[in-house]
Amino acid sequence: MTAIPSFFTQSSPPGLTGIKAWLLTHDHKRLGLMYLYAVLFWFVVAMVIGLLIRTELMSQGRTIMGPGMYNSLFTLHGVIMIFLFVIPAIPAIFGNFFLPIQLGTDDVFFPRLNLFSWYLFMFGGIFALVALFTGDGFPDTGWTFYVPFSVQSSSNVGLTVSAAFILGMSSMLTGLNFVTTFHRMRDKRMGLMQIPLFTWSLYATAWVQILATPVISITFVLVVMERLLSIGLFDPARGGDPILYQHLFWMYSHPAVYIMILPGMGVVSEIIPVFSRKSIFGYKAIVWSSMGIAIAGSLVWAHHMYTSGMSDVSVFVFSLLTFLVAIPSAVKVFSWVATMYKGSIEMTPPLLLSLIFIYLFSVGGLTGLVLGAVGTDIHVHDTHFVVAHFHFVMFGGTGFAFLAALHYWWPKMFGIMYPFRPAYIGAVLTAVGFLFHYVPMLILGLQGMPRRYYDYLPQYETGNFLAGFGGYLLCIGLVVMFVNLLASLRHRVAAPADPWGATTLEWRVPSPPPVHNFVDKPEIMDFPYDFRQVGDNSASQRS
Amino acid sequence: MTPVQGVDLAFWYILGISVVLLFGITAVMVYFVVRFRRSRHPVASDIRDNYKLEILWTIIPTLIALSMFYVGWHSYLGLRAVPDDAMNVAVEAQMFSWLFIYENDKESENELVVPVGRAVKLNVSSVDVLHSLFIAAFRIKVDAIKGIPTYAWFYADKVGEYDIQCTEYCGVNHSAMVAKLRIVPQEEFEAWLAEDGN
Repeated sequence: MTAIPSFFTQSSPPGLTGIKAWLLTHDHKRLGLMYLYAVLFWFVVAMVIGLLIRTELMSQGRTIMGPGMYNSLFTLHGVIMIFLFVIPAIPAIFGNFFLPIQLGTDDVFFPRLNLFSWYLFMFGGIFALVALFTGDGFPDTGWTFYVPFSVQSSSNVGLTVSAAFILGMSSMLTGLNFVTTFHRMRDKRMGLMQIPLFTWSLYATAWVQILATPVISITFVLVVMERLLSIGLFDPARGGDPILYQHLFWMYSHPAVYIMILPGMGVVSEIIPVFSRKSIFGYKAIVWSSMGIAIAGSLVWAHHMYTSGMSDVSVFVFSLLTFLVAIPSAVKVFSWVATMYKGSIEMTPPLLLSLIFIYLFSVGGLTGLVLGAVGTDIHVHDTHFVVAHFHFVMFGGTGFAFLAALHYWWPKMFGIMYPFRPAYIGAVLTAVGFLFHYVPMLILGLQGMPRRYYDYLPQYETGNFLAGFGGYLLCIGLVVMFVNLLASLRHRVAAPADPWGATTLEWRVPSPPPVHNFVDKPEIMDFPYDFRQVGDNSASQRS
Repeated sequence: MTPVQGVDLAFWYILGISVVLLFGITAVMVYFVVRFRRSRHPVASDIRDNYKLEILWTIIPTLIALSMFYVGWHSYLGLRAVPDDAMNVAVEAQMFSWLFIYENDKESENELVVPVGRAVKLNVSSVDVLHSLFIAAFRIKVDAIKGIPTYAWFYADKVGEYDIQCTEYCGVNHSAMVAKLRIVPQEEFEAWLAEDGN
């Protein structure tokens, strides 16, 4: 097997060398890595911004910046984290890299379009950067761009929503590629119920990306037109409706929450069985709950708007639907835990990160019930409770799933192992810092501290100080994990093809994979999580 | 039961069940990881599903979720049902202050004064961008929108001072858009109302 060159040394299309082999590549694996570098860059930028925000809030009054700067920074933090980190992180990096391999094929259905999506992604990011340093500075509207404020604001709203528009295109094209690859490129012998759950979750996500993203694109176009031409679409004095904007915005942005979390759920559904050496419990229920979440999650958007002035009938309907979308998520959590029952569990960094995911995601889901219920939501809406809740889901959930995926697939992507001990230390520090960071925010919210506040009433100071302290701990943990992985690139310890004893197809090919993924036609298992054949050799293979 | 008690009951109900569920999930997860670690349990069983269990853990959470929905909705009704004898105060939000206008046209900036023992209906609107009126002590919050009237009400049951905050981001001084609610005895309120506005 060693004779086959990896995708790092052989280019697709053939004959390209040096930087061209990357910038003009059609290879889904190279594109996955190119997304990895770009996404990590943005993650670090937004993380630093987040830390600056929390530092400002550690004491009452001015700490390190003024209100204008603060308002721009939380907007920037939101825009970057959402459009440039959480949405693309798992699908664009790990989805691109592993979806074709898990389906037993050599690339996505539209490789050139895949390259184009990457350029759109970079382009969108550059647009956002340009918006930072031109005109009257970065928007101070919050990532939600609510009208009429976003129409009146003198800041660079137009350029920033254009950036989000372009990033939306990139996301849509990636989704299109995944759906077509799923249907047209899948190994002929692989039936629907033989597809790995990570790929299933990406498939569900891809549909939401394709169907929901146009709504936000249109909405952003309307904002730009409103700014340029003052049509009055959202102005009641001229027959418009400001609440219409909120409906349009959340019609995408709530399903987008599922674009963010579904792939993370897919990652955890891969990792738990592998390290339990036991089939995932309730495979079909997990597949159906993914599709269920994608469909039902598209019908709950106005639960962001209970206080917006919409009718009580709408409030009733959207609250009821919101509670129903909680069920498939609960089913997944139960299935993951049940998978470990009578398993043979080996602790590794990806498993530890997945367990932390289950805990933090559960907190996120359960605090979501408080927000789904109408009477309680009225009190905590737009407070720090909401901020903590969605960070539990987006960071405790998707963020930790991203870290788990990185530690799980690192040996496959780069062909090297990393030391476990620093990864454990980093993971625990991050989790402990996370709780110190966000639990005080839950309490602050219940006490009534609004979000997007530059300054606050004196009773909220202790909580904000504690949260800031936790934020630093959290970032130290992340740095430990990233440094550990980066150091493994220098002190290379070669990884075997299957270091974990896993069953899905990406572990049947060399690490790192050759340019066409499969050396021989892969054997398709009747059930992708049949661990009966997995011997006890994986742990010894590794050491 | 006052609306505040109704909302608090909903909080206790939802948070109480959530804590039990979270504790249960976490405890079982940790127990499995320890009990079935590879050194102690080297060969895994091949269990793939159990339809009875799966149906059970779909139906029971559905029932719990529906009960939470009901409790939440019921407490919301309390926040919406304004008593007939409520005193009306118009609230105008603007960047970055609150204007309270009484029925005798008295205007008060950033200070809402009401008599104890009265239900108070706040008729909310905005003169510019979106704002949101939030009185944490009474669990009420409603957006202030230019051109679309909204309302909230509370029962002023105890003399005291309470915070009013803006909870819809409205610009550079959003966090400074705070006001005070003072609940005072009837006579003091009448005297205050008769004073000339600024």
